[in-house]
Parts: sequence; C-alpha cells; structure tokens
Amino acid sequence: VSKPSDLVQGTLDLLILKIIALEALHGWAISQRLKQVSGDVLQVSDGSLYPALHKLEQEGWITATWKPTENNRRAKFYELTRAGRKELERETANWQRLSNAITGVVKLKEA
Amino acid sequence: LFRREQLEDELDAELRFHLDRLTDANLAHGLDPEAARRQAVLAMDGIERRKEECRDTRRVAWVENTARDLRHAARVLRRSPGFTAVAILSLALGVGANTAIFQLLNAVRLRTLPVADPHELANVRIVGGHGGMGLNDGFNSEFTNPMWEAIRDRQEAFSGAFAWNLTGFAIGRGAESQFVTGLWVSGDLFAALRVVPERGRLFSPADDRRGCAPRSAVISHAFWQGHFGGSDEVIGATLQMFGRTFDVIGVTPPEFFGLEVGKHFDVALPICVAAVTGDLLDLRHVWWLTVMGRLKPGWTIARASEHLKAISPAVFDATAPAGYASNAAETYRKFRMTAEPAESGVSRVRETYGRSLWMLLAMTGLVLLIACANLANLMLARAAAREREVAIRVAIGASRSRIAFQLLAESLLLAGIGAVIGAAMATFVSRAVVAFLTTPREPLLLDAPMDWRVFAFTAATGVITCIAFGLAPAVRSSLIEPGAAVKSGGRTTSGGERLVVKRLLVAGQVSVSLILLVLALLFVRSVRNLLTADTGFRRDGIVFASFGDMSGARGTAAEMKARLLTTQAALLEQVRSTPGVESAASSTQFLLTGSSWTQGIRLEPGRGSSKFTYVSSDYFRTLGIPIRAGRDVNDYDAADGRKVALVNETFVQQYLGSGAAIGRSIRTIAEPGYPEAVYDVIGVVGDTKYADLREGNPPIAYVPLTQHPNVHSLKGIVIRASGSLPDVIAEVRRRAGLVSRDIATGFDVFETHVRERLVRERMMAWLSGFFAVLAAALATIGLYGVVAYMVVSRRSEIGIRLALGATTPGIVWLVLRETALLVAIGVVVGVGLSLVAARSAAALLFGLSPHDVPTILAAVVLLAVTAGLAGYVPARRASKVDPMEALRCE
Repeated sequence: VSKPSDLVQGTLDLLILKIIALEALHGWAISQRLKQVSGDVLQVSDGSLYPALHKLEQEGWITATWKPTENNRRAKFYELTRAGRKELERETANWQRLSNAITGVVKLKEA
Repeated sequence: LFRREQLEDELDAELRFHLDRLTDANLAHGLDPEAARRQAVLAMDGIERRKEECRDTRRVAWVENTARDLRHAARVLRRSPGFTAVAILSLALGVGANTAIFQLLNAVRLRTLPVADPHELANVRIVGGHGGMGLNDGFNSEFTNPMWEAIRDRQEAFSGAFAWNLTGFAIGRGAESQFVTGLWVSGDLFAALRVVPERGRLFSPADDRRGCAPRSAVISHAFWQGHFGGSDEVIGATLQMFGRTFDVIGVTPPEFFGLEVGKHFDVALPICVAAVTGDLLDLRHVWWLTVMGRLKPGWTIARASEHLKAISPAVFDATAPAGYASNAAETYRKFRMTAEPAESGVSRVRETYGRSLWMLLAMTGLVLLIACANLANLMLARAAAREREVAIRVAIGASRSRIAFQLLAESLLLAGIGAVIGAAMATFVSRAVVAFLTTPREPLLLDAPMDWRVFAFTAATGVITCIAFGLAPAVRSSLIEPGAAVKSGGRTTSGGERLVVKRLLVAGQVSVSLILLVLALLFVRSVRNLLTADTGFRRDGIVFASFGDMSGARGTAAEMKARLLTTQAALLEQVRSTPGVESAASSTQFLLTGSSWTQGIRLEPGRGSSKFTYVSSDYFRTLGIPIRAGRDVNDYDAADGRKVALVNETFVQQYLGSGAAIGRSIRTIAEPGYPEAVYDVIGVVGDTKYADLREGNPPIAYVPLTQHPNVHSLKGIVIRASGSLPDVIAEVRRRAGLVSRDIATGFDVFETHVRERLVRERMMAWLSGFFAVLAAALATIGLYGVVAYMVVSRRSEIGIRLALGATTPGIVWLVLRETALLVAIGVVVGVGLSLVAARSAAALLFGLSPHDVPTILAAVVLLAVTAGLAGYVPARRASKVDPMEALRCE
C-alpha cells in the first residue's frame, strides 16, 4: 500500500529532483507541482512523499532550510545540492535511455 | 543522535504543515471542516508510520531505537522487581558457573606461555612415548641427559633447543631445610625463550658446561618476593642446596612461571649442576628431561618432525643404555622422535583435568539451558499479559519488527546484567575450584584471568541465553492480530497453544535435570566406591615417613649401599622404639602414592612383568597384609645369601599356576642397575592395590631390602601408629635427627594422602552434585509455575466440576495427572539422553558402569518425588477452590 504503485520504481526520486531543480520548494508545494505538471497522471500519495524527501536529504542530494511561506507559516524548503544536480543528470540520462529502449520495443510490436 | 528531539519536532512540524494545507485544500473543495481533516489524514496514509519511515532513513535510527528500547525495558523491569531479581539471579548463576569453568579450561588448555612468540615453540617427544622404560622422574620425563646432549649437538630445526625438569630442591640444612620447586635448565633455555631478567642476569650456555662448579642460581620473581622480601640486595645473596652454597645471579620477570602450566618454579639451576647428586648426567636409563626448541624462521612443526625423525637413529644408537636384555635394547634403537606444538607449554593439570572440565562445562551449559527455559516461560506469561498493549500499538501503525525488538530489549537487558554479575562471580568460583584442587603435595598455581577469550565466551553466552529465552516470546507477540486481541478484552485467546509451548519447555527441563542428576549420582558413587574400595590392607593409622640423605657423601656403589643400609637400619630401630608406634618397616614403595617399579620376568615359556617392592621384615604385619603361606623376610636374608622373594596371590595365579608356589623360582630380565637375578619364593601374601586406587591388583613380588641391587638413597619407612599421629610424627622427626643431622624427613598420613589423590573425583562429585541440585530446583520451579498457571486458567472449570459434585481427591488427581504426564515425558526422554551423556563420562567413573541401573532409578525417583511435590501444591489449592466464587468471577 505504501508504494506509489503507479510510479515506475525509482522515478519518484527523479521527479522530485527535477521539480526542485528549478526553485526551492516545501513538501506541500512539491506534491502540488507534481500533480500539476503531470496533469494528474502521476499520483503520489501525500504520505509517501516525505520518506522520499528524507532519503534524498540523507543521501546529500538535497538540503532543507526552514523559511516562512507566502502566508507566513514556517515550512521546510528543499533545494538541490551540487551532488544532487549531478545525480539529476545521471538519473535523467538513465531515464532517457530506458524510455528510448521501451519506446523502441513498443514500436517494434506495433510494426 | 543528540539532536533527536529537535529532529522530532521538525518532522512533526513538517508533516503537520502538509496536513494543514491538505485540510485547507479539502475545505476549498467544499467539504465541512471535520470531513476535510479526516480526508487529509487518510490521504497521508498513517502519519505515525510515515514519521517512522522518515526516521528510518536517518542512519543512526537503529542506535537511537535500541537506546530507547533499552530505556523502556529498564522502566518495565523496574516495575516488576520480583521477576527481575529472579531472572537476573538465575542468569547470573548460570553464566557465572559457565564462565568459571571456562576460565579454568582457558587457563589450562588455551592460554599460550607468557614468552615472546610462543607459537614458535615445539616440544620434542618420542613417538608413542618410551613405554615406561628405565627410571622416570616426574611428569613429562621424556629424555635422558645423554639423549638431550645428542639431540642438542645434531638438531638443525631449532634456533634454540633447550631441556628442563621440574623437581623439588631442599634449601638449608637438616631439620631447618625446606622444599622449594626447583627447575633444572639447560644453558640456552632463557635465551631461547627470550626471557628478559628482572634483576641481574639469567643463565647462558657458558653456565651449563659439563664439570661446571655448583655456584649460581636463578630465582623466580615470586620466590624473590617471598624468600628475600623483594630486597634489592638479592643479587649475590646465597642459598644452601645439595650441601653447597649458591649465589643468586638473577631474577626472572613476574609473568614467567616456567613451562609447566599449574606449577611455578622457585629456583633454577643449570643441568650440569645435577652432577652433585651422583652420575645423573651420564645415566642412560634415567629419563628426566623435557626437550623443547624454538623453530628457526621458516620452519614448521611438520618440517621439524621430519628432521627429528631423520636424526633419530643417530641419537638413539649413540645413547643406547647398557644392561638391557636384547629385545628391550632393540625397542630403544627403534624409537623415533617427533615435534609437537608447545605454545601453551606442557601440563599435568591439563591431562588430569581437561576431560573433567569439558564435562563440567557441558553440565553448566545444561544448567543454563534450564534457567533459560524457566525465563522463557516467564517471558511468555508476561507477553500474554501485555498482548493488549502490543495489539494497540500494532493497530496504530508500529511495525512488527520494532515491537519484536522492543520485547527483545528486555531480554537483552536481563541477559546483559546477568552476564556482568555472572562474570564477576566467575572469578571467585574459579579461584575456589583452584583452591579445592590444591593439596599440600601438589600445589596448583593457576592464573585464571579474564582475558579476551573468557570475555568473548561470556558475551556469547549472554547473547545466546538472551536469544534462547527472549526471541520466541518476542516474535510471538509481534505476530498478534490486533483485532482479535483487543476484542477479547484482555482474556488470552491463544492460551491453549501457549500452554503447549510451556508444557514442552517444562518436559524438556525435567529431562535435562534428569541427565544432570544421573551424572552427579554417578560421580558421587564413584568417589564412594573409591574411598571404600578394598585395598587389601588396613588403612587407618598408617604414616609414610621418607628420608633424604643431605650429607652429599660419595663413594663406590658398594660403600654407598653399606652405609645407607646401616643408616636405614638405625632409623628403623629408632622408629620402632618410638612410643605410639605399633610396628614399622622399611620399603622402597609407598602404596597408592603413584610411584611404581616394574621389572620383566622370564617364564617357561615366554615373559611377563611384575611390580617389585623391596622391604624389611614386619612390612606385612605393619600394613595388615595376610601371609597366606611361607614366612616373612627376616634378618638372615642377607645381601650375599640366597636371594628370596614373597609374591602375592595374583602373581601366583598369573605366573605360577596351581601347585605349591613356595620353592619355585623367579628369574628377572636385566635392566640397567638391575642385573638378571633368580629369587626363590619363600611365601605367598594377600593381594593389595598398588600405585593407584583406581587400578586393579597387579602381581607383586617382595624382595628383602638387603638384597636390593643398587641402593643409592635412603628408603622410606611405613609406620602403623596407635597413638596420636602428630605426636608420633614429631617424635620420629626428633629421633631421625639423632641418627644424623644431615637427614631430611617428610611425612604423609596415608588417609589424607588418599583423599588428596582423589581430588579430581571429589571435585567432580561436589560440583556436579551442586549443578544437579541447582538444575532440579530450577526445573521444579518451572513445573510449579506451569501447573499453577494451568490451575488459575482452569479455575472456573474446576469450580463447575466441584459444583457438580467432583470430590477433592478427584480434583487433586485431575491436576496431578497433568504433572505426571509432563514428568513422564521428561523422564523417558531424559533417561535416553542420560545413557548417552553417561557414556562420555565413563572414563571418569570407578567401580560402576555408566549405565548403572540403580543410579538411574534413584535419579528418576528423586526427580519424580520433587516434581510430585511441585505439582501437589497447586493441585491441593485447586481442590480448595470455592465453586461459588470461581463462577462469580466469570
């Protein structure tokens, strides 16, 4: 139940990294952005986002700072570190390879 | 780890923030506030679990969890001090006993010698031993001095080869003399062992040359402290030994005790000094040295063995003793040497007690097992009581592994505390055992410290115990179905199943304690058999007096013999006239003291061997050995007269067959110092035991002392006293001084001596008895607990039975049947296991088979009665249940 079953294993990390690569965001914003950009196709349970964030933080790819939000509540904002940026490139490249390969296979079947 | 609280707060705030935003979003979608909140919580899919997942990503999570679990466990345990005390005490006893025995095993078996690079040391031995050839002096007497010299000159395997012998030296003169532990060493021993002197210098090869002047001595640190008070002026101080004056030239460091584990040397002398005691250095039939060496770099034990085997023919050809009959000489030439690892030195203690200690370790292990079973039962009961708590925690999202760990933390804490207390106790216990094994004649100086091996052993025991009693209940609890447990409202749902586990545990305890009881009874009966064994002579009031001639006078063999026999006769005369002495006789052997003299005899046809004891007249009367036929030794059996002998009945049966024994002749086979001789049998005496109480009655021939072929020392005197033994001993000592000032005397009261020689058997009997009682007590408590628990859980059933007219005996029987079943299963399994266990103890038993039926029966009855009592108390209580009250509780 706890796994985001409609996400390919490991892609949640990539999505999070990509989203906060643009600007520092807090958890709520990340989850909103995720739904927004994927047009509600990618559903991430609200609960499973945080363990993923903490894992990325522990790996040293993102850091968190407490900042006031737009409506003046304090929230934890996550942003990419240098290592995180590298990881993002690596993951993106991986993803490209993987999706190219899958696209190839799928097309082959159609032919 | 230290920012834990801050991190917790942040985590909390972060998730709350998200929750609030989610709630706001839901509100915006038009839900009412309460529904919005609920939807938000549901969307989070278990906030506590999410928190836990977040915590898990922190690397130190497990340390943190463990610390918290331990704190929690400590709180829980503090709340039930009774349980905690019982648990810790039984664990401490179990772990303590195990650690103590292991400490001893470690000390005699596993520890290496306290010298540099002990793994390079090798012990040179003859393959299969030398078979008791010639005269042996002490334990591990593997080589004669000529052999040692031949090995030293020919070997190439060792960077340093050395020889030594542990013996007694008399210090001082006459009546003031005292015995110390002496060590004969070859010149390069200290250098090869790389022993660094604490004071002065140690021997070098230059100190150990043939014909050396008896001048220098090295002493041990302990002797320096004890005899010289640790004085700085010890170098150059003098010691009187062998009628000569020796200068102390050096002191060995405190950790160096010699090479035999269990003994500490006091004074060391170079081997060349042994020339003052006679021709010991040249005697080819006196085996008294242990030869060792430090392997050259790159050499292995195997390579050294090959090398020693290769030089064996040269060594044995060059040192063959003269005076042996041809086939003994042939055997000698065929000896082959080998090398054995000697990193832990040699030890008589190891050989005597090794097996016993392993046996005891197994027994203490079983005791610990029973203690664990008891604790497992207690933990199961506690787990049952906490089922609801656990169920609630599972329901609110605690992971099962966390719950199991938390319950295991309690066991861990108990095991940890138990192990620490046990380890502290162990040192006292092992010291007590060493003290028990120490006798005035055989002091046991054993250092049994807490080294890393002992520490590892204790820690491992602790962890294993913890798992043994804690894991099953912990895992069981974590598998609780929250719904069922909460619904049942605190009443146990799985009682029946759990009771099966408890019953199995108790049956197991019964069988294990039966094993221990059987073993203990076997050992106790062995000691009894030994102490009451028929030795063939009267044991009460017997004192052995031994005499040493310290004058250092020399002369030809004939002159020596004449002089010594005269002194001996004078001593015997003095002893016989001492008030309180009933009778006395000289003898070359003291019975049951381990000393032995065997010589081959020629038969028609073939050959055999017999013990030979040289005695004066009255020997048989003194010991109460019956003379069955013929006459005793008398004054007319002179050195140059007809050679005569008395033989015992076993001798007659084995070698002389039926028909008259008297008048037959015995022809001995030559040995160095004991040329072939023919003795006429003049009498037959009753059988006796000989060197050891544990052995049977060997054939013995008794020859008049005057006809002994090579007397070179004073012999002992056997005394039967009717007066008080201390008075008799004091008077004999005084009178010996009248004969000559240079005579040292020593006394052994026979009964004391026998008891001391049975110290191993007595230790086994005491310790195994103690462990068995402990085991039976623990098993009884376990049984009581289970039966009592059963009675409580069936209270209402019993109430109904009583209400319906069941009689009191009926109820008692109902409960006892339960006990009887458990005990019966335990006993059946236990008897089977005991038979196996007892077989491994067979070598330590005397006078009974390991499968002795009365012993096993006694153990079963003993256990059944105890168990019956343990069952009867709760059964009786069950029958007193007031039916009304029991039913009202429902």
